[in-house]
Amino acid sequence: MAQTIETHTGETLQRPLGLRGVAADLSSDQRAFKNISWGKAMMWIFLLSDTFIFGCFLVAYMTARMSTTIAWPNPSEVFALTIGGHEIPLILIAIMTFVLISSSGTMAMAVNFGYRRDRRTTAIMMLLTAVLGATFVGMQAFEWSKLISEGVRPWENPWGAAQFGSTFFMITGFHGTHVTIGVIFLLIVARKVWRGDFDTERRGFFTSRKGNYEVVEITGLYWHFVDLVWVFIFAFFYLW
Amino acid sequence: MVDIRSGASEAIPLAEVEDVELYHPKSWWTHYVFSQDAKIIAIQYSMTAIAIGMVALVLSWLMRLQLGFPGYFDFIDADHYYQFITMHGMIMVIYLLTALFLGGFGNYLIPLMIGARDMVFPYANMLSYWLYLLAVLVLVSGFFLPGGPTGAGWTLYPPQAILSGTPGGQDWGILVMLFSLILFIIGFTMGGLNYVVTVLQARARGMTLMRMPLTIWGIFTATVMALLAFPALFVACVMMLFDRLLGTSFFMPAIVEMGQQLQQSGGSPILFQHLFWFFGHPEVYIVALPAFGIVSDLISTHARKNIFGYRMMVWAIVIIGALSFVVWAHHMYVSGMNPKFGFFFATTTLIIAVPTAIKVYNWVLTLWRGDIHLTLPMLFALAFIVTFVNGGLTGLFLGNVVVDVPLSDTMFVVAHFHMVMGVAPIMVVFGAIYHWYPKITGRMLNEAMGQIHFWVTFLGAYLIFFPMHYLGLLGIPRRYHELGETAFIPESAHTLNMFISVMALIVGAAQILFLFNLAWSLKRGKPSGGNPWRATTLEWQTPQTPPAHGNWGNELPVVYRWAYDYSVPGAAEDFIPQNQPGLGMPTREHAS
Ligand code: HEM
Ligand SMILES: [Cu+2]
Repeated sequence: MAQTIETHTGETLQRPLGLRGVAADLSSDQRAFKNISWGKAMMWIFLLSDTFIFGCFLVAYMTARMSTTIAWPNPSEVFALTIGGHEIPLILIAIMTFVLISSSGTMAMAVNFGYRRDRRTTAIMMLLTAVLGATFVGMQAFEWSKLISEGVRPWENPWGAAQFGSTFFMITGFHGTHVTIGVIFLLIVARKVWRGDFDTERRGFFTSRKGNYEVVEITGLYWHFVDLVWVFIFAFFYLW
Repeated sequence: MVDIRSGASEAIPLAEVEDVELYHPKSWWTHYVFSQDAKIIAIQYSMTAIAIGMVALVLSWLMRLQLGFPGYFDFIDADHYYQFITMHGMIMVIYLLTALFLGGFGNYLIPLMIGARDMVFPYANMLSYWLYLLAVLVLVSGFFLPGGPTGAGWTLYPPQAILSGTPGGQDWGILVMLFSLILFIIGFTMGGLNYVVTVLQARARGMTLMRMPLTIWGIFTATVMALLAFPALFVACVMMLFDRLLGTSFFMPAIVEMGQQLQQSGGSPILFQHLFWFFGHPEVYIVALPAFGIVSDLISTHARKNIFGYRMMVWAIVIIGALSFVVWAHHMYVSGMNPKFGFFFATTTLIIAVPTAIKVYNWVLTLWRGDIHLTLPMLFALAFIVTFVNGGLTGLFLGNVVVDVPLSDTMFVVAHFHMVMGVAPIMVVFGAIYHWYPKITGRMLNEAMGQIHFWVTFLGAYLIFFPMHYLGLLGIPRRYHELGETAFIPESAHTLNMFISVMALIVGAAQILFLFNLAWSLKRGKPSGGNPWRATTLEWQTPQTPPAHGNWGNELPVVYRWAYDYSVPGAAEDFIPQNQPGLGMPTREHAS
């Protein structure tokens, strides 16, 4: 007599529709995220982890700002520039933000042209993104030197709570480092695009894996993330 | 005739990704030293972790000598005691257990158990190890630099951590500690991203998430947690470095040091505690979850029974991982907090006990009426359950604010966390090594030495840490290098302390026997064949033992069933490997 014994509780491999289909995809064999390459998955997860780093920095900043006993300097005065005799609050930072957001635009275009296998335009767009990024870092250096010349130090400043300088230099510095690393990566990838590495699937130096245009998109993910973080830093430091 | 519908599928799903082309090392150096093969990296990680763990073990002897025989050892003064305590705690938790479970077992087992050829990004994986090694070397350099290592306690609480009253506070000690942690975190991130992506995106055909062995679930969840928890520690380390080097006041309130008012003011020491424990509590589960996973597989294999409640086990792991991010302030009850927060954190802490208890019940139910083989891995697994339950119960005491406040900073706490995150995971480490050593080397570990090692370690560890509950209830404080003549401490407590110290030395000696066994069995152990435990999971089905570069020869395995088809009625043998199609009748000879 035939007797049937269930020894396994896993799903069948046909994919149902709707939400159940999403769940089935996620828990299916081989890949949880279909059509997402290893590199891209890795970048997403790295960015998640990095979000926690920036999150902790910003929470630390908020705690410091809320719990200091001495008054916090007024951002619209501290971050003002005198142009043609007028004090314009937040002007530099507005330009910086504009530059960085624009660079996200050029980056998105680079990704698009990359998938169209338009080598030249992709490389140009990436270079443009890198230039905008470098401009941002340059303006940040200018802002830092201005503040330093006015007597702001990590451990003290002329206007109020010492934590102002500490958190400002630490967090914008950490973000600026991210931008700088991004610029370097943009240049490296742009060079590869230009040389046609991704058309010939030339192997990367570090990973010895075949290159393809997705690398442009992965670089782009990082770049957009750095921009997004800036929006938060901007809001918390300059608008609060 | 019995027809077995084992596994949900006979159909072989199509491959979604083409087989990767492996990096093939060209020289001896890239083969064995700068290796990109996860199995070699795993061994490098494990050996480094065990080596630095031995340092921590020796430090625990020194502490115990001082506590058991105060006054006999002149060179262990208060400063040295603090340095030993700090380095012991930090090494044990981070550089030994975290590195061994994730860098060691993670690297070895993930690709093999899910049927991959290697980690997805072998180069980053290799860098991960070298950064870890660098972190360990920087940490050890603290012993040789002027002022010695830091004595701030493994929690590194400021302001004391960076003041001159604490050993290493104004010298090198705290600096190298912070640098080392930062290096460790960067290195771990490179490896951790690899482990997560490999599990998510590089499984074999047929290996669904719900067919993964629980070992993989444990390591995977712990790695995700580590990627989210280490950032808090990273930030705390960076900020403390600035406080110490640049004179910022993130964590420094206005304070008088040696009669001098410091420049710093306005910072919040409590902020550090929040950051530290936002990392620190998940860290407990980062070492516990891999242990949970591994122990489930050991129990199932050596009791020849499918794990009870597989799905529940998976969800319990995931839920414990998620909840452990919202309980951190139970380490801060005595730092003072709003009673409502105390209530919140006590509640979440007690809720975690529910999925944890489910796991314990399921282990016990797996054993229930199983065909229990008292092999060494099984003995260690049983020891784990006992110590873990013990430590978990005292955890329920300490999770309650009113009970914790008098017990906090006593030996009761030392007993609790050693039971739950010291001894219990270490038991699993041993069990896992006895279990997988045959796969790694092709030889069994010596049984007689293993039995001695087990009984001395298990009974000894119990005799060390169980009496500490009593010492704690007496009110004997933790982190005291000497008790002196105090009315509330009876003479018998000193005798007990002496006993504990002697036991600590004996247990330590047993570990040396274990290390000897590891080396001895490499050449003289009994040849094990490919699948000595008759286990179902993929790593035992490799064509070679030890597995060669690329793990699977020419053909990647295809998975037809979950990992727990033990003692299936009607099957030819009492286990059906995951990669075996059909009715459970062997289709090929098992590789040896
Ligand atoms: C034979 C094994 C061990 C012995 C004899 C031992 C002994 C000790 C002693 C005497 C202390 C100091 C207690 C005090 O005065 O406050 C201590 C602290 C500690 N131990 Fe262990 N230990 C052992 C294994 C472990 C393991 C495996 C871990 C891994 C989690 C661990 C983690 C810690 C931690 C985190 C501290 C706290 C350090 C601090 O207070 O800053 N220990 N241990
Ligand atoms: Cu905790």
